[in-house]
Amino acid sequence: MRGRLALTAVLALAVLAPAAAAGQRASLPEIEKQVMCPVCGTLLQLAESPQALREKAFISRLIEEGRTEAQIKDALVAEYGNEVLALPPHSGFSLSAYVVPIVALLIAAAALAAGVWRWRRAGGGPKDGGTPRAAGPSGEDADRLDADLARYDL
Amino acid sequence: MVERKLPKLEVAGSTPVVRFFVSTRSFIAVLGVLAVVGLLVFGLVKKGSSGVQVGDPAPTAALPRLEGSGSESLNDYQGRWVLVNVWASWCIPCREEAPALEQFQRERGGSNFTVLGIDSRDLSGDGRAFVEKYGLSYPQLRDGNGDAAHEYGTTGVPENFLVDPSGKVRVHLLGPADEEILREQVEPLLPKEKS
Repeated sequence: MRGRLALTAVLALAVLAPAAAAGQRASLPEIEKQVMCPVCGTLLQLAESPQALREKAFISRLIEEGRTEAQIKDALVAEYGNEVLALPPHSGFSLSAYVVPIVALLIAAAALAAGVWRWRRAGGGPKDGGTPRAAGPSGEDADRLDADLARYDL
Repeated sequence: MVERKLPKLEVAGSTPVVRFFVSTRSFIAVLGVLAVVGLLVFGLVKKGSSGVQVGDPAPTAALPRLEGSGSESLNDYQGRWVLVNVWASWCIPCREEAPALEQFQRERGGSNFTVLGIDSRDLSGDGRAFVEKYGLSYPQLRDGNGDAAHEYGTTGVPENFLVDPSGKVRVHLLGPADEEILREQVEPLLPKEKS
């Protein structure tokens, strides 16, 4: 019984959450953070040029018409091209802006891991398989170290 | 002191070049470096495009019409003198020059010459309203993302480029073109008779 209730709750959330998000009214400050002023080359949020003011008025008009954030961004892309988006779209060639850094990071990590592994195999451990000897001073240095330690021994 | 004999590195292959490239890791590393350098050079060249100079061929990329459907390029005007006017509705000097350009088009426009507007980095609705407000009769193209303006090397709007019938830029006017500028710098190059 409890399991069924939990399942129903999860299903209801899955159905209602996107609907609620879609129904959320788009806002100018939110969109301004995500799009550019093509003439100024800065975020629209920071721009006050005549072109930026026209762009802001255009967005406000679409908000009044009840368009969603995604629809407004699509309309801006239709007017100014993909360059108007502060972040490139997640499709087509622009996808490479997201994929390439991740792939490069993975390749670098793999190369580093391979390098460490080879280095450890080459000289990191004892050659004869025995217990490695602790490295430390010997002879005169060891005597001087003992004397120093004894002097500071409380 | 014991002299250690270092092992001689021998790689299969007959020539030094072959021996070098047989080392797969070196090859991949060189390839990677070349790719990065190539991308940097490409980026610099693309970004550093200085645009067209007087005497250069004008850009001929096709652009959508501001009004109606379809697209046009400068190639469609081959054989005519064309005054390419890069403008935007939000640009105040563009409002000042529009009547002068329209007047010039009415006086000189024909089979030998036309003004060709390129509405750059502008909202299409605003651009169309501008054309209607100033009663502009010459053809208008749309350059929403500013690529065409970048190709011409404009630093702002308005700018005008007089292109000769062979497609070469003959005059570049920075800033708004008024009646006097058109009469002194454009008119003398055009064919005497309007046709």
